[in-house]
Amino acid sequence: MNASAYAHAFIGILYRELLRFVYQRSRFFSALVRPLVWLLVFAAGFRAALGISIIPPYQTYITYEVYIAPGLVAMVLLFNAMQSSLSMVYDREMGGMRVLLMSPLPRSYLLLSKLLASALVSLPQVYAFLAVAWWFGVEPPLPGFFWLLPVLVLCALLLGALGLFMSSFIRQLENFAGVMNFVIFPMFFISSALYPLWKMQEAGELLYLLCSYNPFTYCVELIRFALYGQLNAQALGVVIGCTLLFTVLAVLAFNPQRGIVSGGVKKG
Amino acid sequence: MNAPLTRAMTLLEVEALRFNYGAFEALQGIGFQLHAGRFHALLGPNGAGKSTLFALISRLLRIQQGDIRLNGTSLRHAPAQVLQQIGMVFQQSTLDLDLSVEDNLNYHACLHGIDRHTRQQRISTELDRVELSAHRRSKVRQLNGGHRRRIEIARALLHQPRLLLLDEATVGLDSRARSEINQHVRRLCHDQGVGVLWATHLIEEIQPQDAVTLLHRGQILANCSAEQLCHQSGTASLVDAFSALTDPAAAKAAQGGVTAVVKGANQEVNL
Repeated sequence: MNASAYAHAFIGILYRELLRFVYQRSRFFSALVRPLVWLLVFAAGFRAALGISIIPPYQTYITYEVYIAPGLVAMVLLFNAMQSSLSMVYDREMGGMRVLLMSPLPRSYLLLSKLLASALVSLPQVYAFLAVAWWFGVEPPLPGFFWLLPVLVLCALLLGALGLFMSSFIRQLENFAGVMNFVIFPMFFISSALYPLWKMQEAGELLYLLCSYNPFTYCVELIRFALYGQLNAQALGVVIGCTLLFTVLAVLAFNPQRGIVSGGVKKG
Repeated sequence: MNAPLTRAMTLLEVEALRFNYGAFEALQGIGFQLHAGRFHALLGPNGAGKSTLFALISRLLRIQQGDIRLNGTSLRHAPAQVLQQIGMVFQQSTLDLDLSVEDNLNYHACLHGIDRHTRQQRISTELDRVELSAHRRSKVRQLNGGHRRRIEIARALLHQPRLLLLDEATVGLDSRARSEINQHVRRLCHDQGVGVLWATHLIEEIQPQDAVTLLHRGQILANCSAEQLCHQSGTASLVDAFSALTDPAAAKAAQGGVTAVVKGANQEVNL
């Protein structure tokens, strides 16, 4: 297999992810509405209650909507990653995964391609959200949208790898609701998405520690700084490290026999 | 490009293949050969080990003991080379129902590294062959079961494999669709020289001259032509031979008047 065969395979995987996304209009709609509800209802309600002091990367006092926007961007990525890992479990259950595995290309490459394709599919969702948020007063500097791009890909890869890793241990589609409750929501709430870390520290050391060890916190901060044209080196380091770690774990944990033995192929 | 094969050449060699699911022995050291351009039936009741064998040949399961060679290349040592030469139709449909026929075929071709121009050509050729060109842009969800199966066969041939594996490919179809698919696959053997391993428990799908490997409880009970199988087991039909070999007690009882149950409609034996 030459390099062009690898490229064609990646294009095929990306195109399929895009088509599935386009055909599932409700997925795009919910990906857009979910953060907007948080922005327009939750953040608006808390605007008066929460004053955000001047903290980097902001150079002035900001409204709560502005503070919460990077966290909501990360939320779009998080839900997209979980949706993608859900589709992995679905494919494994329904047999679609076997088409992928019958490819002569290395399975690690196929998995990485699927991860990257899923990450790329999340980008238009994020920019659509930011475009709508602009109309409601979240107006980061325009170059920030450009700097945001690589950061979004990196964070989407991290969250996608985490989702892929978890999907290896989910035996049935029905169990995915449990993952939603026990992974997505704690990841989102115990992070700097809704409140700055110093506020978390005021609330309690344990909560602060949990936030500090949550990779999602670093995704949010990396996005926050990139949106204002700045680099948070610590967040970048943590996100790159966690991306590598979870990607390796996801590839190692991926066992095609799991789907085959448990459901796909009967023991016959 | 693959070197041309002659029909007498051994295409697939399964050698001392064992596979266990925990303590359960699904395959107990089986071995057989399949020749290029031959329609080779893998016959066995449910639970015989047919799907396990297919999963091993297509590398969905990892070989524990023994080996599988395609055209002399070991699946253990060069899996990519072997997979390039295998087309597979699974028992359970693996088409994406929300995508069009073309998108499904395109996806498969991409996964085999086929470039855009060749993809389009081959998709047209294979859809013509299964007489479904008119449905190229239809969503798979809109097609009936027989059409979906034909699309899956077309898809399995896009990368021009030498071996086509069909795992109970006609299950759930009406007799006309079953017959059409069976005839189509036989034409592929004849015209294209593709070797076919056709797993089934539907005896009516097998013709006297077909090579037959009879698998039962993870062991091969017979490996010869359908004609020879009847001759060797001293029975008048393949149905009787199948019963005599896989369930001798029932076959004996059947001779006392229960045969009609086994020889029921469509001569279907589903143990």
